Amino acid sequence: MKYRLGIDVGGTNTDAVIIDEDLNVIAQIKVLTTQDVYTGIMNAVRSVVSSSNINRRDITMAMLGTTQCTNAIVERKNLVPVGILRIGAPATTGIQPMTDWPDDLKKVAYKSTVVKGGYEYDGKDLNPLDEDACRAFFEDIRGHVDSVAISGVFSTLRNEQEVRAGEIAREILGDDVHVSLSSEIGSMGLIERENATILNAALNKVAKAFTEGFARSLKEEGLENVSLYLSQNDGTLMSIEEARRYPVLTIACGPTNSIRGASYLTKVSNAIIVDVGGTTTDVGALQNGFPRESGVAVTIGGVRTNFRMPDVVSIGLGGGSIVRLKDDGSVTVGPDSVGYRITQEALVFGGNTLTATDIAVRLGLADIGDKSLVENISKETALKALNVIKSHVEDAIDSMKLSSNDVTVILAGGGSVIIPSDLKGASEVIVPQYSGCANAIGSAISKVSGYYEKLVSYDEIPREQAIKLATNEAILEAARSGARMDSVEIVEIEDVPLQYYPGNMVRIRIKAAGDLA
Amino acid sequence: MRKIGVKEINDIATGAALLGAGGGGDPYIGRLIAINAVRECGDVTLLSPDDVPDDAFIVPIAMMGAPTVLCEKAINGGEYRVLAEMVETYFNRKIYAFMPIEAGGVNSMLPIAAAARLGLPLVDADGMGRAFPELQMVTFTIGGMKATPMALTDEKGNSCIFNTITNKWTEELARSVTMSCGGSVSVCLYTMSGKDMKKYAVRDIVTRSERLGGALRMIKDSSQDDTENSFLEITEGFKLFKGKIIDVKREVRGAFNFGKVVLEGTGEYKKHSAYVEFQNENLSAVIDGKIMATVPDLICLVDSNTYTPVPTDALKYGKRVLVVGLKCFERWRTDEGLKLVGPRYFGLETDYIPLEKRVKA
Repeated sequence: MKYRLGIDVGGTNTDAVIIDEDLNVIAQIKVLTTQDVYTGIMNAVRSVVSSSNINRRDITMAMLGTTQCTNAIVERKNLVPVGILRIGAPATTGIQPMTDWPDDLKKVAYKSTVVKGGYEYDGKDLNPLDEDACRAFFEDIRGHVDSVAISGVFSTLRNEQEVRAGEIAREILGDDVHVSLSSEIGSMGLIERENATILNAALNKVAKAFTEGFARSLKEEGLENVSLYLSQNDGTLMSIEEARRYPVLTIACGPTNSIRGASYLTKVSNAIIVDVGGTTTDVGALQNGFPRESGVAVTIGGVRTNFRMPDVVSIGLGGGSIVRLKDDGSVTVGPDSVGYRITQEALVFGGNTLTATDIAVRLGLADIGDKSLVENISKETALKALNVIKSHVEDAIDSMKLSSNDVTVILAGGGSVIIPSDLKGASEVIVPQYSGCANAIGSAISKVSGYYEKLVSYDEIPREQAIKLATNEAILEAARSGARMDSVEIVEIEDVPLQYYPGNMVRIRIKAAGDLA
Repeated sequence: MRKIGVKEINDIATGAALLGAGGGGDPYIGRLIAINAVRECGDVTLLSPDDVPDDAFIVPIAMMGAPTVLCEKAINGGEYRVLAEMVETYFNRKIYAFMPIEAGGVNSMLPIAAAARLGLPLVDADGMGRAFPELQMVTFTIGGMKATPMALTDEKGNSCIFNTITNKWTEELARSVTMSCGGSVSVCLYTMSGKDMKKYAVRDIVTRSERLGGALRMIKDSSQDDTENSFLEITEGFKLFKGKIIDVKREVRGAFNFGKVVLEGTGEYKKHSAYVEFQNENLSAVIDGKIMATVPDLICLVDSNTYTPVPTDALKYGKRVLVVGLKCFERWRTDEGLKLVGPRYFGLETDYIPLEKRVKA
C-alpha cells in the first residue's frame, strides 16, 4: 500500500493527515504552528507518521498548503527587488506602475519602465513590441535584480509580446533570472494584473525558501520516496518547479483546501462550506467539486490584484471568540478572540475569559476541557450567545448563496463545535468525520491540472473540432503533470472571440484536472 | 479658490461614485489617472463658478467608450494637451479652465488630470450633478447649447473634431470612431463661455463630491454606533429602504445595461419588499408597489455596513444595501429639464413628483 501525506500550515495550527491509495484517512494530527514554520511541520509529520504505524518509505506523495506568501506580503518580509517592464506605450503611461501601493511595499521596485507595444481589445496590435527598449531596460538593471515582472496591454487576449520580452530578459540577465508574466497570473484589468505580477516576482526568495525547507524537513523525517507538491488556490496542485514560478498562486489555498476537503469527506459537490477556526470563520462555496472563484478585485497587503481567488467571506467568529454581556442584557460574540491562547484563557481550561467554546460546552454541544467550570453560566445567557453565533453564520451563508433556495451546508474546522445544526437557509447541515482537519485532507486529495491555450481561426478549423483538439492537448498536459489519464476531467472551457481580427479568430483556453497517478 | 491634491482626489472619487447613482464607472482607474497627474505636475486649482469671468472659455473633459477598456488600456496622459491645442486652434481662443461634465467614478476624475497636466484651473461645476446615460442629458442642453464642435483623441495621437447636425449624430459618429480607435477615447464637448457656465451648470459639484467622500471615509473609520443617521445627515439623503438583494435581472439593449434589482426588507423594513429599475444608472425605486423616487432625483444603493456605493454592475444576490434618495439639481425639475431626463423619457409610466413629496405622502 502507498500513502500520501497532506499538510496545512495555518496561522494557529499545523494539520497533517495520512491517507491511503483509496483516499481513506489513516491518521490525523493537529499541532501548534511554530514561528519558524518548519519545526511545526516536522512535529506534525513526526507524530502523524508514528501514530499511523506505517512504513515511512511507503509514503510516496506529500502535499503542502501554506500561508507563507500571504504572510511575507502582509509583513513585508523577505521580498526581493523587482525590475518592472510594462508593454503598452503610448497607452497607459498616464498611470505609472505601483501608483497606489503602500510606500513600504513600493520599495520592492528596483526600477520600472513602460515600452511600446501591446494589443487592442480586438487583438490587433496597439504597437509592435519595442525590443530595443526592452534590451536597454534589462541592461540597465543587470546586476541589481534577479527577478523581473512583465505585463502588457490586453496580454490576457494575446501574450506573444510578453513571452518575447521574457526571452529578451533571459538573454540579458541570464537563464537563472525569475520572469513573471502577467498573462500567466491575472485576468482583465492591467493595473491589478500588473500588481499581482510584481508581487509574484517579489516572492521569488520566499518561494525558494519554503519549497526547499519543505523538502528538507521531510527528508530529515526520513521520508525519502516522496514527490512533493504545493497546494494552489484553485484546488489543484503545483510541482515544486511551478511553485517557484508562481508563488502568488498559493495565496488563499487554505480556504480552498478546506472546501475541497469538505467536499471529499461528504461526497457532496455543491454546497456552502463553513470553516470555523479559532479566530475567524471562512464561508466559501463549493461548485462542481471546486471552490467558486471570486469575481471582484482582491486586496493583499494593501495592493489591489485580480488573480483568481476562491470566493470566501471571512467573519470574526471562531472557537476562541470572546463573549460579552452588555448592560442592556444583550450578548456579543467576537470579533476579537483569545486565539491560540485558548488553552489558557477559556473558562473550560481554567482561564478567565468567556469564549464561544465555553458556550458550546455549557449547552452540551461539545465536550472540551472541564465542563464543571462553565456550570455557573446561566442557560439564558448561553442561549442568547448561541443565537448571536447562529445569526452571524446564517448571514454569511446567505451572502454566499446565488439564489434564495436552501442549500447544503457543510461544517468544517476545529471550531465548528460552536455552530448549531439548525441553520436558516440550509436544507441540511453535515458535520463529516475528520471535519477538524478538512484542510489537510483537501491538500492531500488535490488533483493536478493541465492548461492549454491557443489562438485558432474558426474559419480554418470549425469550433467543435478546434475545441476537441485543444481539449486533448489539455488532458495530455495534465498527464504530463502526473495525472492518471483515466481520471482527467475538463474543468474549464473558454473561447474568447478576437473581433475585427481576420479569419474569425478566437483564443481557446482549456483547463483539465485529474488524480495523481 | 483652493487646491486639490491626492487626499482630495481620493474623497472626490468616492463621493462622485455615490453621485453616479449606480452608474458612472469604477472610481479606481479614474482615481489613479488623477493621482498620477497631480504627482507629476502638481496640485490643481479649483475655481468657484463666481471666480470665472463671463467671457472666459470653459472646456469640459470626459472619456467616451467602455470603462472596461480603459481599465486595461489606460490613457497616455498627453491626450489633454492634444485636445486643448485642437479646440484652442479651432476657436482661436485660450482655454481659461476645464470642468467635468458628469459626477461619476471615471468622469469626475479625468478633468482633474487634464487640469493638472496643462496647469489650468478646474471649475467647481458640471453638467449633470450626477451621472446620466445619454450625451444630451446635460443642463447645457436646456440652455440651448450643443455638444459639438466636439474634439476627440485616442492615446496614440489620432484626433478629430466633429460638427454634427444633432446630438444623435454625435453619438452615432463618435461611437464608430471610438470603436476604431480601440474602444476608449478622450473628448471635450459643450465648450462654453463663463457666462453660460454660470447660468446653466450644476454648481459646487466637486466640493460636494469631496464632502460626501470625506464623510464616507470618516464613517468607515469611526467606531460610533449610529452610523446610519450620520450618513443620512451628511448626504441629506432620504432613507427609502433597507434590505437584502434577492434577485437581479439584466438585459443589454443597444449601448445600455437595463435591469431590475429586487430587495427583501431587513430591520425596520422586515416583511416589506422593494425594487429598483436601472438603465446604466438607477431610474426608480418602488417600495411595496408604491413609487418612492424617480429620475432625475438620485437613487443610490450603498452597502448597509460600510456605505460604499454599489454600482449597478456589482449588484448581486445576498448583498445588504441601503437605498437612499438624494434631491437632484433644481433645474432638472423644470419642464425643460424633465423633458430631457424625466421619468417618461426613460419609459416610466408616471409624472415626476419630487422625492421629498413622495416620501412625505
